[in-house]
Amino acid sequence: MAFVNWFKRNVVVIAGLLTLAYLLLPNVVVTVFSFNRPKGRFNYQWQEFSTDAWRDPCGVSGLCESLGLSLQIAFWATLGATLLGTMIAFALVRYRFRARGAVNSLIFLPMAMPEVVMAASLLTLFLNMGAELGFWTILIAHIMFCLSFVVVAVKARVMSMDPRLEQAAQDLYAGPAQTFLRVTLPIAAPGIAAGALLAFALSFDDFIITNFTAGSTVTFPMFVWGSAQRGTPVQINVIGTAMFVIAVLLVLVSMAVANRRKRQKA
Amino acid sequence: MTTVTEAPPAPAPVAPERKPPRKRGRWTPYLLLLPGLLWLVVFFALPVIYQASTSVQTGSLEEGYKVTWHFATYWDALSEYWPQFVRSVLYAASATVLCLLLGYPLAYLIAFRAGRWRNLIMILVIAPFFTSFLIRTLAWKTILADGGPVVGTLDALHVLDVTAFLGWTAGDRVLATPLAVVCGLTYNFLPFMILPLYTSLERIDPRLHEAAGDLYAKPSTTFRKVTFPLSMPGVVSGTLLTFIPASGDYINSDLLGSTDTRMVGNVIQSQFLRILDYPTAAALSFILMAAILAVVTVYIRKSGTEDLV
Amino acid sequence: MKTTEETTTAGGGDVRLTGISKTYGDFTAVHPLDLTVPEGSFFALLGASGCGKTTTLRMIAGLEEPTAGTVHLGDQDVTALPPYKRPVNTVFQSYALFPHLDIYENVAFGLRRRGIKSVKKQVEEMLELVQLGEQARKKPHQLSGGQQQRVAVARALINHPKVLLLDEPLGALDLKLRRQMQLELKRIQTEVGITFVHVTHDQEEAMTMADCVAVMNAGRVEQLGTPADLYENPRTTFVANFLGTSNFIEAEVDSTSGDDIVLKAGGGKLVLHRARASAPATTGGRILAGVRPEKISLTHADDAGDIPDGRNRITGRITESSFIGVSTQFVVDSPVCSDFEVYVQNIDRDARLVPGAEVVLHWNPDHTFGLDAAQSLLAGTVGSAGVETAEEEVAR
Repeated sequence: MAFVNWFKRNVVVIAGLLTLAYLLLPNVVVTVFSFNRPKGRFNYQWQEFSTDAWRDPCGVSGLCESLGLSLQIAFWATLGATLLGTMIAFALVRYRFRARGAVNSLIFLPMAMPEVVMAASLLTLFLNMGAELGFWTILIAHIMFCLSFVVVAVKARVMSMDPRLEQAAQDLYAGPAQTFLRVTLPIAAPGIAAGALLAFALSFDDFIITNFTAGSTVTFPMFVWGSAQRGTPVQINVIGTAMFVIAVLLVLVSMAVANRRKRQKA
Repeated sequence: MTTVTEAPPAPAPVAPERKPPRKRGRWTPYLLLLPGLLWLVVFFALPVIYQASTSVQTGSLEEGYKVTWHFATYWDALSEYWPQFVRSVLYAASATVLCLLLGYPLAYLIAFRAGRWRNLIMILVIAPFFTSFLIRTLAWKTILADGGPVVGTLDALHVLDVTAFLGWTAGDRVLATPLAVVCGLTYNFLPFMILPLYTSLERIDPRLHEAAGDLYAKPSTTFRKVTFPLSMPGVVSGTLLTFIPASGDYINSDLLGSTDTRMVGNVIQSQFLRILDYPTAAALSFILMAAILAVVTVYIRKSGTEDLV
Repeated sequence: MKTTEETTTAGGGDVRLTGISKTYGDFTAVHPLDLTVPEGSFFALLGASGCGKTTTLRMIAGLEEPTAGTVHLGDQDVTALPPYKRPVNTVFQSYALFPHLDIYENVAFGLRRRGIKSVKKQVEEMLELVQLGEQARKKPHQLSGGQQQRVAVARALINHPKVLLLDEPLGALDLKLRRQMQLELKRIQTEVGITFVHVTHDQEEAMTMADCVAVMNAGRVEQLGTPADLYENPRTTFVANFLGTSNFIEAEVDSTSGDDIVLKAGGGKLVLHRARASAPATTGGRILAGVRPEKISLTHADDAGDIPDGRNRITGRITESSFIGVSTQFVVDSPVCSDFEVYVQNIDRDARLVPGAEVVLHWNPDHTFGLDAAQSLLAGTVGSAGVETAEEEVAR
């Protein structure tokens, strides 16, 4: 009876942890198989332990080039989308203007549409314009679909900001430009950072839209896709594992720093 | 005093005797909006129009295409590819329901039961994002491999017999079956369900649970009458964020499925990038877009949460 | 911006509002208003939520543009100046401290914007004045409400404004701290000698702190004067009710003789000094006679003979009594007024004064004031339109 009661009380916890395991299982597999030495071209079956791939992560031709390209595109796409999206967010929160509803729908729609539709229609446009597919078409597409997410993130932050703070700055002799630089921007920064981080992740990991707009250019997800057809090198798992570990470490370090600062100040 | 100070920044009254020097430019909002909106108009709205026009064109790659208002393309596309459409809706709906069933306990756990583990679990939910989702999807090929431990266990428990009977799996395989595709879709979009659910659950004052208990509600009643209704905004946006991308996805079907699990995304992709039949591809894409928009609109109206953005 | 330093020392620092008004669409927040705040005074704008007091303050600060009228600081017309060019600083409601800056930088903000390089000495002195020297490197959210409030005052005062505007500065504090900060603000004002304009809905706060109070109601100044003057000589029922408690007797003018007006109410006679009637009194006309609860004495009906002559008197029966330490508050039902409130000091308590007892209420005629009878008796009471209850205030 005691066990039944315990189970009843903790059924949510158990179910939640099982879901968490489901979420993390593929990452475990990716990590384990980064130490595999597969027979043949595909790395789907465990053969024997090896650190070859870790010692030579760029050993597959084109892999690290594609990674570099993806980072480059993600950087510029983040910059563009964050800039444009932040401007839109400020306009939406701070001003009243005509056609507000239309603007809101235009921002909502890209998020409410399957990527394949956006990708296909964008390709139609590029083909009609006779644009050469490659770096620039990918960048244009990435800025387009990241934009809305930045707007949402920044808008939430700016909306929760007390308008009196800006009035206080004006009251304390800060002109419009000073007010924006010294008060508005620093306070909106976490929202802008969140939007930028999201944009980076979305752009870096995007496959569907890139698949349509890349032409023969190969980004990292395109490389992985291609290798799934031709043969998966172990190096892919190495890169995947490294990204996971770096991300977790970065988050943990930043949390530790934040905690320490809090304790010092208090 | 909030009533006065927060009164709408009324359309600035015109003071005839002097020009107020600090009235912010009437054009400022438009200048702020212009670049971003232009981007969306040119690279999002305009392409949709182009696509609509492409879908009613006829011609060939060599001779070029002309608008001939050839609506028959739609009919042909639908009659040829309706199974893929139906499959897309079925797979995406199944994945969405599974995401809700799997994601809710985890979101609830993070919001109310995790205590000091909250941040760690949160990181573990988000961190997989940083490993390319294609790599993680490929990992499912290993997990669900024929004769592997997972499939072996399911077979031993005779689960595969049941799923095979239902048509979800074939023989003693899971890979290359609908089950594998739905499993992949569920996995891929689960975080999109968990995060909005968590956000709306976290806003619920835990004292409401105590109040419900105080007012003679059993834990299960508390959940049905208090917690779940209050988490509805999260449920609505979570299901949308899962269903929409899942219905247009072609990666899971391609990597984990077979030709018998092709979804409409696969058809659009191959028509556009391999067969190069642009009108048919455009028509299919347009139908998918219209269907999704209709579903989303009806769903949002029904659930009464219009402020998702 | 250097000019603010110079103008501060120039004479004639009155704040003059001339015909100033503010409308939002169809809603008039402030009706055309003339008001002069003398230099160096502690001036309070008192009124209920939505009466236009904060809008008036914000027009002085430059945060709100007047629909019509002008704002002068001394001889300078500042109506067209943006807030960052006005030698005026504000202590905002809920303080509006910059969350991303520490206390030191919050206080230094105004100096730095005016291009002053060496701020250290001034900031430290100012933090000393508000007793926050130790907290300089903390962020606002690490301070208590009272400390945040003092930072807000310091941040404004360090600029030596011609006028310091305070918008409900104590609204977010609990009662005890509020009392303490009232005295503190008063001390600081005396010390720096700057004109303070203080917006509040709390009549006690206004009366404790201000030299001069303007009571506002529905976008208009209802009455202007010193706290004692407003309390003793309210000219409308709104002021009489909003500042403390008042009892009203609807009476008819029986006769006038010299400086006295004799009133007839419920069979009895009451005397009112002509100087204290704010409405014209003609024989046969109606007038509202008012008297404050603490001015009234209560005598058991059996001892009615002991009451000296020459006092206004009314009979009634006690319906409620509540003991609150320093005094006992009675509610008396009388033919002329059903809920007569009487506060009696607890010096010699008469055990017979319990609910049901027949009593005589009597007071010195000097303490009677007369108001125009053509107005609502309930204006300005808690629960009437425009006056918020304590709970509403807390909820915010």
